[in-house]
Amino acid sequence: MAARKVIVGLGSCGIAAGARDAYSVFEESLKAKAGVSPGFLLEPTGCIGACHREPLVEVREDDGTTYLYSEVDKKRAKEILEKHVLGGEVIEDWLLPDDYPYFSKQKKIVLAHSGLIDPESIDDYIEIGGYEALKHVLFEMEPEAVIEEIRISGLRGRGGAGFPTGLKWGFARKSEGDKKYIVCNADEGDPGAFMDRSVLEGDPHAVIEGMLIAAYAIGSDEGYIYVRAEYPLAIKRLEIAIDQAHRHNLLGSDIMGSGFSFDIHIKEGAGAFVCGEETALMASIEGKRGMPRLRPPFPAESGLWGKPTNINNVETLANVPAIIRMGGSKYARIGTEKSKGTKVFALAGKIKRGGMVEVPMGMTLREVIFDIGGGIKEDKKFKAVQLGGPSGGCLPESLLDTPVDYDSLVATGAIMGSGGMVVMDETTCMVDVAKFFLSFTQSESCGKCTFCRIGTKRMLEILERITEGRGRMEDIDELEELAAKIKVTSLCGLGQTAPNPVLTTLKYFREEYIEHIVNKRCPAKKCKALIRYRVIADACTGCTLCAKACPTGAVTGKRKEPHFINQDACIKCGLCFEACRFDAIEITTGKEEVASTSLSKGR
Amino acid sequence: MDERFKELLEKWRGTSGSVIPLLQKTQALYSYLPRDAMSEIARATGKSPAEIYGVATFYSQFRFEPMGKHVVKVCHGTACHVSGAELLDETLQSELKTEVGRTTGDGMFTTERVACLGCCSLAPVVMIDNEVYGKLTGEKLKKIIRKIEKTEKEE
Repeated sequence: MAARKVIVGLGSCGIAAGARDAYSVFEESLKAKAGVSPGFLLEPTGCIGACHREPLVEVREDDGTTYLYSEVDKKRAKEILEKHVLGGEVIEDWLLPDDYPYFSKQKKIVLAHSGLIDPESIDDYIEIGGYEALKHVLFEMEPEAVIEEIRISGLRGRGGAGFPTGLKWGFARKSEGDKKYIVCNADEGDPGAFMDRSVLEGDPHAVIEGMLIAAYAIGSDEGYIYVRAEYPLAIKRLEIAIDQAHRHNLLGSDIMGSGFSFDIHIKEGAGAFVCGEETALMASIEGKRGMPRLRPPFPAESGLWGKPTNINNVETLANVPAIIRMGGSKYARIGTEKSKGTKVFALAGKIKRGGMVEVPMGMTLREVIFDIGGGIKEDKKFKAVQLGGPSGGCLPESLLDTPVDYDSLVATGAIMGSGGMVVMDETTCMVDVAKFFLSFTQSESCGKCTFCRIGTKRMLEILERITEGRGRMEDIDELEELAAKIKVTSLCGLGQTAPNPVLTTLKYFREEYIEHIVNKRCPAKKCKALIRYRVIADACTGCTLCAKACPTGAVTGKRKEPHFINQDACIKCGLCFEACRFDAIEITTGKEEVASTSLSKGR
Repeated sequence: MDERFKELLEKWRGTSGSVIPLLQKTQALYSYLPRDAMSEIARATGKSPAEIYGVATFYSQFRFEPMGKHVVKVCHGTACHVSGAELLDETLQSELKTEVGRTTGDGMFTTERVACLGCCSLAPVVMIDNEVYGKLTGEKLKKIIRKIEKTEKEE
């Protein structure tokens, strides 16, 4: 009979939301009862997925029944401990229901163990069938048969480009060489994406097992995991997992007595987005500036230190043990004709229920955003969804029925990308979003290709001009021309896709650009140069909060009398707007701005 | 030369691809990359100082000036951007009287903009000394900063 367990979600998000406080409540109780049978075990786990309801605590009874408590702060933790864990009384009000729509529409393969097992315990992983796939491969399959199984599964690279994994492995297998490398790309750089981090934090052994299987398939004995330094918890858990695997003879020489040997090193990235590109990543591992090079030769022929190298993304590798366990043909039944299996998304932005979601390929964007994500925060109007980060695009409401698969998304001008899905509402300015992504790619361009280096800079200047109200209609043509040239003259994915956010917003939200240019209006009221903050005299109570918040002294007024914002001194930081508790400050733009200003002067 | 730094050079001597880990460990030791340390790394790895400097300046992680006692990283990922990260910058600027990306005159705070901390569902977030604060507003951030300032004064 399994023991009763209290399981606390300790992924980065959970910790940031305060999960350690909840954990310590249970920990202290255990300490206080040292020597006495406490009646429960306490375990940390990775991301449970429902980040919007963090911190999450699960009570698992000895008969297997589970109760998932949400938003567990210190106070709730104490009460759960007293009433439920020690007293046996379930607190219904704080439970996430079993049929919580956020979970019920998902299909978990990659995230199957995340939030279920203790990521720092190899025994937990082995107990749920971990390393069985490796054993099966090592003792019952030839390397070619492994590659064939992956080919049959239809697995495609989850880093964004979607190259068939079986084919990639096949190239590396065929490549001549006494030394071959396996690299796991965990340099998850897209702003708005945190899938790989969650997988590494929640189920690190699955990635290691995937690497081992890949290594056996291509004939490699050494591997690297290249992980962002910004993910300290993921690095720590990987280090623990690698150490445990060594002690269980699952890494090192003569693994499980099979004669196969493999070892893994962790390399921490140093903060360069371009290192997510495979040739740049390898240059970085070699200790050089992370700049991409011309392909061919592809890494499969000449990669790390000139040796044949196979690079796969975290999520791709995490799929591998599951494919071996269930068989390629069964896996291939999930998803669509050309995109098999599931995809993990990091659902964020102006969404009610954000977090990690894993859905079968082919589900529509609408289902992901509205059925799983519950729609837009504060029931505002949906405006766009951004997919694929700086390489992707913004899609409007009319494309919400697009199925999530590689080819359908490319057809819209966006891409599947690594899995960032940021939802935007009516308060998001699409020109500003395009500018945001372009300023990102512009500063992250390594500078090797002229158009990527200078073309993105010129595009950014044009966007800045437009958002500052100095745009001209010709600017739109110039943006499109530059975008087309950057795409064809850049060596790597960074440059080839950098114009996508601008191109998709121009395609689907062109009228917003025109509003900025012709009417000097920002419809979302975001672009500082085109808006004004104004006190609504009738609503102002003269509480002085806005004046206190103003860093420049632009807000003046006597106590209990309506305040006034001096437009010449206002830097439009928005601090007064946030401080006001009476909705007495409004933001105006364009002609309405002129009208209301003259109105206020007339008073 | 610092003993710990010497040990570091010895430990990594002869390892291929050691430049970036060496720079990272050196920065962990001093909170930035002192010029002399970079020259020593060049000597130990058989590369020119220009090459080492070239690598160090390529990556945004490396700093060439000492950091403040507390490091405040404002996340500017997509989710944070659309949820008001700009307002947090403004708050820090007005509270600490220094531009984001700089260190305050008293050496107490270094502020910087970072690409994405990966806590998107808690947007907007700020990381202070490796602790993440989520669902922030200007007002909440102001309170956190003032609390740190107060603790510092009491010590």
